[in-house]
Amino acid sequence: MYTVLSITKREVYGYFATPVAYVFIVIFLIMSGLFTFYMGGFYERSQADLTSFFDWHPWLYLFLIPAISMRLWAEERRNGTIELLMTLPISVVQAVLGKFIAAWIFTAISLFLTFPMWITVNYLGDPDNGTIVASYLGSLLMAGGYLAIGSCISSLTKNQVIAFVVTIAVCFLFTVSGMPIVLNFFSSWTPQALLDTIASFSFVSNFTDLTKGVIDIRNIIYFLSLIIGALSLNVISINSRKGL
Amino acid sequence: MSVLIEVDKLTKSFGPFVAVDNISFSLKRGEVLGFLGPNGAGKTTTMRMITGFLAPTAGSIKVCGNDVSQYPIAIKEKIGYVPEGAPLYGEMTVLKFLHFIADIRKIPKNRIDKAINGAIKKLGLDLVLYQQVETLSKGYKRRVGLSQAIIHDPDVLILDEPTDGLDPNQKHEVRKLITEMSSTKAIIISTHILEEVDAVCSRAMIIANGRMIVDKSPKELLVGSPKGATLDDVFRSLTIENVKENK
Repeated sequence: MYTVLSITKREVYGYFATPVAYVFIVIFLIMSGLFTFYMGGFYERSQADLTSFFDWHPWLYLFLIPAISMRLWAEERRNGTIELLMTLPISVVQAVLGKFIAAWIFTAISLFLTFPMWITVNYLGDPDNGTIVASYLGSLLMAGGYLAIGSCISSLTKNQVIAFVVTIAVCFLFTVSGMPIVLNFFSSWTPQALLDTIASFSFVSNFTDLTKGVIDIRNIIYFLSLIIGALSLNVISINSRKGL
Repeated sequence: MSVLIEVDKLTKSFGPFVAVDNISFSLKRGEVLGFLGPNGAGKTTTMRMITGFLAPTAGSIKVCGNDVSQYPIAIKEKIGYVPEGAPLYGEMTVLKFLHFIADIRKIPKNRIDKAINGAIKKLGLDLVLYQQVETLSKGYKRRVGLSQAIIHDPDVLILDEPTDGLDPNQKHEVRKLITEMSSTKAIIISTHILEEVDAVCSRAMIIANGRMIVDKSPKELLVGSPKGATLDDVFRSLTIENVKENK
């Protein structure tokens, strides 16, 4: 665990030692604000809640999270530092976890900095703060899902642009799988059970359940198992590079 | 003298290409092995297998008595390694980087300052401690790469072209450092520079096309060559012949 923490510390330091962190956080905050007020119609709804804020998170993450995850492994391979890292006395699992946790912490910091939104709704009205806490938790879990997929894809290539684009494509499938547009396509010829399965793989439907304020263990298990699954593939992909 | 590295019938293929072909040797504490060969001979691949970065296709490697494939983490603790080109985390300052390495190598808290200061002093990094690694000159980067390899005082040092990019004075310093450390460690150095072999190595191994051609002391290499021949001449005649044979 100590080793994982050492790697995490170095990675988090790496984010803040370069402009990456600051550029990302500023863009994230501006975009989440724009989506909430302009596209989500925060004022027009005349309701003191953060639905219009959280509803856009899957779409915001779809494009912003791959920008964080693309560098996780591709950059190490491009710079050759992966040789330095993997010849230190650490296991692949520790390296994968350390890097993932660092990226997740970084996302959590970005998400935390949206707290003025929370203050705003509390100032304007009397929102259900329990729902907001559950939504933040759901948003963080969903970000973890996007990151784990991105980390896995980043380990498959030296090229960060490829990692970015492929991650968006894969995450897009996970995002839209519960949307009517996809489900309608399947509904005419597939049994309901399969339809439910497809829908259950969706980031959006699992996240929306949590934003309703009900912390359902199934949604949490969904995100956690997705993270564990993607990170396991990540470990396999790095081991296979070794020629094992 | 204890044997620290044992390489037995080591082979590595990448698809149909055989990069390292049935190489065996052992190295004792106190020995400095110069790894010579033309570009693409398999030097780096061999070093990557000894350090556990690549897995061999066949054969075995033991470092300090432990098999590399069975105890990868235990052997990595015993090795200090400077990979080819000495890759480093450019965004870190030299001091932060050394702290990271000391941390991950689990150097005890009470010895951490001593270990880091020792490495800084040996490689003359005092003036650049708070500079980001990516802003350093090539020579300094190489020295930072070397400092991370010796910080934990390893039994085995593996250096892939450690003096590449250094000026003559720095080369001299690094060679002096290697000679100073050589009595307590087993060291493998890959290099193109043959005078380096003469200066620091007790053994020279020439490989070409993945195969070992010669494993002798630098002086023995010259035996049988025409009078006045240098190591350069011996190297050229041995490797060119081998390349022709394979064509």
